[in-house]
Amino acid sequence: MSITRRKFLGWLGAASLGTTLGTTAHAASNKEFKGYPESRGVLFDNTRCIGCRKCEQGCNKVNELPAPDRPFDELSVLETKRRTTAKAYTVVNRYEKVSSPKAPVYSKIQCNHCLEPACASACFVRAFSKTEIGAVTYDESVCVGCRYCMIACPFEIPTYEYDKAFTPRVMKCTMCHPRVIKGLLPGCVEACPTEALTYGKRDDLLRIGGERIRKFPERYVNHIYGENEMGGTSWLYLSGVPFGEVGMREDLGITPAPKLTSGALSGVPMVVGLWPVLLTGVYAINKRKERIEREEKQLAVADALEKARAEAESKLAEAMEQAKKEKEAAIEKAVNTAMEEAAKAQTEETADAPTEEAAKNAGEEDA
Amino acid sequence: MSDEASTTKSYLTPFNIIAGIIVIIGLFITALRFTKGLGAVTNLSDNNPWGIWIGFDLLVGVALAAGGYVTSAAVYIFGMKRYHSAVRPAILTGFLGYALVVVALNYDVGRPWRLPFPFIVQQGTTSLLFEVAACVALYLTVLFIEFTPAAMEWLGLKRARNIVVKLTLLLTIFGVILSTLHQSSLGALFLIAPSKLHPLWYSPYLPVFFFVSSIIAGLSMVIFESTLSHRYFADKMDEAHLKEKDDIALGFGKAASLVLAGYFIIKVIGISEGNNWHLLGTSYGLWFLVELFGFVALPCFLYAVGVREKKLKLIKWTAVLTVLGIIVNRFNICLVAFNWHLPSSERYFPHWMEIGISVFLVTAGLIAFRFIVTRMPILYAHPDYPEEH
Repeated sequence: MSITRRKFLGWLGAASLGTTLGTTAHAASNKEFKGYPESRGVLFDNTRCIGCRKCEQGCNKVNELPAPDRPFDELSVLETKRRTTAKAYTVVNRYEKVSSPKAPVYSKIQCNHCLEPACASACFVRAFSKTEIGAVTYDESVCVGCRYCMIACPFEIPTYEYDKAFTPRVMKCTMCHPRVIKGLLPGCVEACPTEALTYGKRDDLLRIGGERIRKFPERYVNHIYGENEMGGTSWLYLSGVPFGEVGMREDLGITPAPKLTSGALSGVPMVVGLWPVLLTGVYAINKRKERIEREEKQLAVADALEKARAEAESKLAEAMEQAKKEKEAAIEKAVNTAMEEAAKAQTEETADAPTEEAAKNAGEEDA
Repeated sequence: MSDEASTTKSYLTPFNIIAGIIVIIGLFITALRFTKGLGAVTNLSDNNPWGIWIGFDLLVGVALAAGGYVTSAAVYIFGMKRYHSAVRPAILTGFLGYALVVVALNYDVGRPWRLPFPFIVQQGTTSLLFEVAACVALYLTVLFIEFTPAAMEWLGLKRARNIVVKLTLLLTIFGVILSTLHQSSLGALFLIAPSKLHPLWYSPYLPVFFFVSSIIAGLSMVIFESTLSHRYFADKMDEAHLKEKDDIALGFGKAASLVLAGYFIIKVIGISEGNNWHLLGTSYGLWFLVELFGFVALPCFLYAVGVREKKLKLIKWTAVLTVLGIIVNRFNICLVAFNWHLPSSERYFPHWMEIGISVFLVTAGLIAFRFIVTRMPILYAHPDYPEEH
């Protein structure tokens, strides 16, 4: 691999910058969204609901939904618990087993139009938006159909047109947004004969709800459902029995859905920023280790070679010395033998030759 | 699967016959899905918008394709060069895995032709799914580029091949970043639904759990895949691959044992964090314990024994157990423990045609894998390009 460090860092910089641009996640902030001012909502009071299903009918009509399998005036439909479907944005359920003599109690479900909607937070193509007037609207023209909104919604409201091959849509209550901006009431509110549904500014509805509870404390549970649930919803509920008894979850908490994922999202830029440092660091450490290993190996080899050479040299020198000594010894020996022989010859010659001559010869030989 | 000699003689091998039948059925269901809609072939409902095409094809598929980033990181970043021969098969498996994930998503989403919309029309950056989509798309590209040297050696495109090889380190680092992000984001997808996922599986640490378990899945898949490759494509392997094969099983088994130990610990911390101890006594708790001990603690122990006593067979079977454990975990989060509060009549069970498509896609992956390893230098080094150590 022969990438220069400069080039490499440049690429990484470009890559991480590109990824971090345009993220808006507030993991740990004290910001709180209380809803758009003046935004509208609906208050449902189940002590006033008679289970006539007129709201279902009104909804069906104004939203031009397909005709139901069984007509709206057939109340036996209420015998089984239902949920919203692609053909019904709202349904009313009947609850017989409640801790109140006023049984049965009816409950209406539809999109609650959260102040900070889970569906909008979960949608990866921003098909949902919370309008300033209150409705959570859906833009069919961009929807991919991943159905993550349906996973995310804590109220189990969005539905899907599974039977359509080419144009399946997510279907849910729009709080009659097209009608509301024209100054009309939502279909269900308009159809309700008992004023169980009240349309208005959310702040006013909270006040009205509070007043009803104050005036008739024996009639209501002291809680307005939707005031804080999942960070607050545009639909608000009053009930004569605990909300859990009429199929409404009381364990959802008050954390708005976007807060649940903001922590994980805020980790993204950190990974993008730090992983390159960490990984390049590990790579560099390993490279360095390898280089040092290689250098040490080379050093060791050189060292060994040097040692071997020195050893050989000293051995050679020793051998030379030895040879020299041997040679000298041989010469000395030769001289000695010669001298001895000469001496011997002299002693033999003392009888017949002069001594000086022999000594002179020996001296010459020595030189 | 069979050796090359018999395939050239006759195409009617058991593998080809079975694969052929599966492909025909798969194409039939595909036609139904795209002409009649999701309702005709799935048991999906308004309460259960995600079935096995997400639970298996996406969640399990991405986790099991983690071998690519795990192996290339080990070799190119952590400097474990003696596992070099594992890189190409792992990259190929990863690339095919991710490619199939994307194909499967085309079946699952309502209007697949709009899949590029989150990038080109409007970006939902507050969505974890956006992160998953962006990272999977980018990482599929990275894996494709990482895979191309093998194809280019096969095609003889020497110069292009050398350019790509020079990008190895950059691609590896980019791949690890992207994998960290989307492996964890797949877990983080469920953070938005605390009211629907059973508290034993719901945890603010879900992204960490998913990321750590993807490393385990990647390591185990490399062992598993190398065992299968050795069994069916031994004739394609060169000396280096045959020699390093056992080394890889031992090394990756050791790593997997270690990471499993860490994973076990953080899973226990997860129970503690939510103070969910009392739920362990319920039937869901029992199932949670089966997952925790049977598919995390047990393989951790078996890997350790296998490595210590050099029992290769044990390591290989433990890899299978671990891979099963990953499947169990992803199924639990997406299907079993999801919507646990609903009565059984409103729960989801896959339609046979949903299973049919999943089997079809896995088969398509096997066919593609076989096509590639029998032709391209995956299990051996190309003679013109000796491995650069």
